Amino acid sequence: MGYQFDWSILWSGQSGGWLLQGLLTTLGISALAWLLAAVLGILSGALRTVPWKPLRAAATLYVEFFRNVPLLVWMFFWYFGVPPLLPAGARRWLFDHHPEFWAGMVALGVYHGARMSEVIRSGIQSIPKTQFEAAVAMGLTTFQAYRLIIVPIALRLIVPPVTSESLNLLKNSSVALTISVAELTFQTRQIETYTAKAIEALTAGTVIYLALCVGIASIMARVERRFAIPGLIARGG
Amino acid sequence: MLDLGVIVTNFKFLVVQGLLGLGGFAGGTLRLAIPAIVLGFLLGIFVGIARLARTRWISLPATIYVEFFRGVPLVMVIFWIWFVVPQLLRLPIPEYGVALTAFVIFEAAYFGEIVRAGIQSVPRGQVEAATAVGLTGAQTLRHVVLPQAIRNMVPALVTQMIVLFKDTSLASIIGYVDLTKAAQIVNNREIRPFELYLFIALVYWACAYSMSRFARRFETRPQGA
Repeated sequence: MGYQFDWSILWSGQSGGWLLQGLLTTLGISALAWLLAAVLGILSGALRTVPWKPLRAAATLYVEFFRNVPLLVWMFFWYFGVPPLLPAGARRWLFDHHPEFWAGMVALGVYHGARMSEVIRSGIQSIPKTQFEAAVAMGLTTFQAYRLIIVPIALRLIVPPVTSESLNLLKNSSVALTISVAELTFQTRQIETYTAKAIEALTAGTVIYLALCVGIASIMARVERRFAIPGLIARGG
Repeated sequence: MLDLGVIVTNFKFLVVQGLLGLGGFAGGTLRLAIPAIVLGFLLGIFVGIARLARTRWISLPATIYVEFFRGVPLVMVIFWIWFVVPQLLRLPIPEYGVALTAFVIFEAAYFGEIVRAGIQSVPRGQVEAATAVGLTGAQTLRHVVLPQAIRNMVPALVTQMIVLFKDTSLASIIGYVDLTKAAQIVNNREIRPFELYLFIALVYWACAYSMSRFARRFETRPQGA
């Protein structure tokens, strides 16, 4: 093997700064996309259990269409396909404010919202029906029953699956490099391009992703224990 | 405003080459997805069984393997194979080989977890009964545990296959001409991104959705245990 290792490329020159920028961009785009995904997921997940058909159908259409198409296609769609259709003012604003970041964020959020929705729906459906019936019997309206009883319980039940889905979102943010969002994988490749040291650059990126995923997973394991409803969930991971 | 002519004129290129990979081209989503699904699942069976092994020096590497690949983005794995393997072997590897290797290695970790969960869903009494009638460990696995485990795995397995099918679009990053890359190529010439990407979204959707519909048939069986 004729490969000459040179780990110093990771801290000499610009590499360190690039990796840090990449990490921050990855975290930024993931956090915003996560918020969008959470809103869309909660909304459509809840709507899919509502006893009124048109709302259910609309939510189902959203979920089934968006989660069955590759994220990469959505990246291209939101980045290349949608901006030309926007009104001129919005387009001008967008082109001055990193259009690739916003397109990537929307692609990631809308895609994962559809996936989140499935996770949330199964969480809601795992709640015993008697909870809802008891709520209605006490005089709550359907909306109140959802807002005060079903959703708070479901939120806790779904912590483990939502965590793993959130980590998927974080890892999937790497796909945004295809529309040149300067996130972590993009910066890793940039280091490779400048130094021709593929192994070192990829190792750095890989270790950062692993640390993020393992770190978040262990934090969420604590959260899960803290907010567990006594007697309702007796299971690990 | 919608110009569907661009789809009609390029339909053959997009679907015959991009999706199916037929003709004299080196490409195609299905030509990559089908072997990746089969090989990834086979490797996943080994990984899943290895994780459950009682011997630590078999289960530990399998666990590390699974946890490693589940903590890393697929794009990263593709780049590892793309940059590093040709450097180590000192010979160029075609995009198809790179993509297939990356998908098989990566997805085997996910398939492995499904296999493990499937095996663990088989009641212990089944194993004890198999041992009691005189089957060896390997025979028990092959004739008793796996057939039942695979049935329990079907829903998760199909979901993962659909995920893998969608993930093959990432092979376009390293230049493999799949459906996504074909749309990019056409778009570079025609500049109709909205129509083209929406069209391939529909094609991907139709494939993925029919896979899940098809699979639902196999799930309607008496639920055991």
